[in-house]
Amino acid sequence: MKYKETAKVIRQECLMDGIYSMWIQTEKIAGEAVPGQFISVYSKDSSRMLPRPISLCEIDRAQGSLRIVYRVAGAGTAEFSGYQAGDDIEILGPLGNGFPLTEKKAMLIGGGIGVPPMLELAKQLTGEKVIVAGYRDSLFLDRELSANGAFYVATEDGSTGTRGNVMDAIAANGLEADVIYACGPKPMLRAIQAYAITHGIQCYLSLEERMACGVGACLACVCKSTEVDEHTHVHSKRICKEGPVFLATEVELD
Amino acid sequence: MAERNLSVDIAGVTLKNPVMTCSGTFGSGMEYSEFVDLSRLGAVVTKGVANVPWTGNPTPRIAEVSSGMLNAIGLQNPGIDVFAQRDIPFLKQYDTRIVVNVCGRSEEDYVEVVERLGEEPVDLLEINISCPNVKEGGIAFGQNPKAAYAITKAVKAKAKQPVIMKLSPNVTDITEMAKAVEAAGADAVSLINTLTGMKIDIHRRAFALANKTGGLSGPAIKPVAVRMVYQVAQAVQVPIIGMGGICNAEDALEFILAGATAVAVGTANFHNPVASVQVAEGIAAYMERYGVSDIRELIGAVK
Repeated sequence: MKYKETAKVIRQECLMDGIYSMWIQTEKIAGEAVPGQFISVYSKDSSRMLPRPISLCEIDRAQGSLRIVYRVAGAGTAEFSGYQAGDDIEILGPLGNGFPLTEKKAMLIGGGIGVPPMLELAKQLTGEKVIVAGYRDSLFLDRELSANGAFYVATEDGSTGTRGNVMDAIAANGLEADVIYACGPKPMLRAIQAYAITHGIQCYLSLEERMACGVGACLACVCKSTEVDEHTHVHSKRICKEGPVFLATEVELD
Repeated sequence: MAERNLSVDIAGVTLKNPVMTCSGTFGSGMEYSEFVDLSRLGAVVTKGVANVPWTGNPTPRIAEVSSGMLNAIGLQNPGIDVFAQRDIPFLKQYDTRIVVNVCGRSEEDYVEVVERLGEEPVDLLEINISCPNVKEGGIAFGQNPKAAYAITKAVKAKAKQPVIMKLSPNVTDITEMAKAVEAAGADAVSLINTLTGMKIDIHRRAFALANKTGGLSGPAIKPVAVRMVYQVAQAVQVPIIGMGGICNAEDALEFILAGATAVAVGTANFHNPVASVQVAEGIAAYMERYGVSDIRELIGAVK
């Protein structure tokens, strides 16, 4: 089930310039959420009509709370970044499908603001795993991630870890896995998709696109699919509904 | 508490209340049925359906703008076969009227869908001659009174259900379009579709939408829509379904007082998934507050 809730901000902190971490007390959403899912966050300013889809970074089912870590990208997320403990926050969720959990040797790859969903996934994957995170320069969530698996970093400026991108870090450290989970910018996902298909590795990619409804009705957030899709019988899957997590073999990233 | 009548009549089809959904914002109701009891709506208007599946436009397909949004979805749809097998039976489970929005690239396309729907348990047809986001069809029929007349005639000749023609605001004089479709036998008109707009991303120095232009919807267009509903109400006798930025009952009542028999909630569904039902509840509360016993007293009451 999906729920529209007026939830409460538990606490919020700025992790680094433009990146915020917010814990939210929910009634029902946290109780059903799984890693890789997202919530829609609604602005209190009605001139901003569309909810912002934000991935889940941590899920505390026992406490009924969720953590989102997001980048301030415009006026909507700037508004959210000003919320204080005790403030109301309008949310809808949990939305989309999460990452299928396996016991296989896993590689979790996050790039930029695609890093946060890897934290809850890392916490819930019980098998052997390596975590690869790519950043421009400054790191965030690095301590939490390194507490949940072997942790490798790539930075564009080389200030930490391998200079370059996540693929460079994978090569430099000779990392291997039987299943890959990835979230990040499209060029990164494209490289991982090609790598996984070439090496015959099972691979799940989490995609993003501009969304309006968040529930599969408006057909704004589609991606190209290799097979004819169930919903509209073309080659187009709804990221909010069939995704955001797809097998690397079922989507075309152009 | 006095018994109040919220039901309205569109071409002989009685709606339990005047609130519908706008085509394209609500799918076929399936996704929203998790939040909204569809039986509390006067009608569900489906996403446009063509004779065959349509792929739609490249992404990005939407962009937010102040008090609204631009969309260029491009009428992605599964075609009438899948729609008739899946979406109509789904909607039949609910106690609401079913309005199927029909799109096409040619007169033959429209007529094919309309003929197929003649065998289906749907209540009304809404013919989309006003989508600004597809090249052929759509808007090509909706910006020229002669073309609008011709497509209305062709559809009416085959339609088994009453026909609503959905009008574009992207014209010099919308009353000319309304008069043309009325003369061709349209049973009702719905207005307005979206206003063609554009947004430029100054950081990427590129169009925000892959299609360059898109249809503007949401509260930003409401005053334009109310004005057009009022003008059309003075020009034609057929019932009007008013839409364009309706977010709450106050908005809906403006359209009704301007001359709309029914109203539709569109972009507001994205901001508030239960907006449609709240509009219906709010209209009832307004009638209670002002002692209005029949909604029909309000239709076109402001002259």
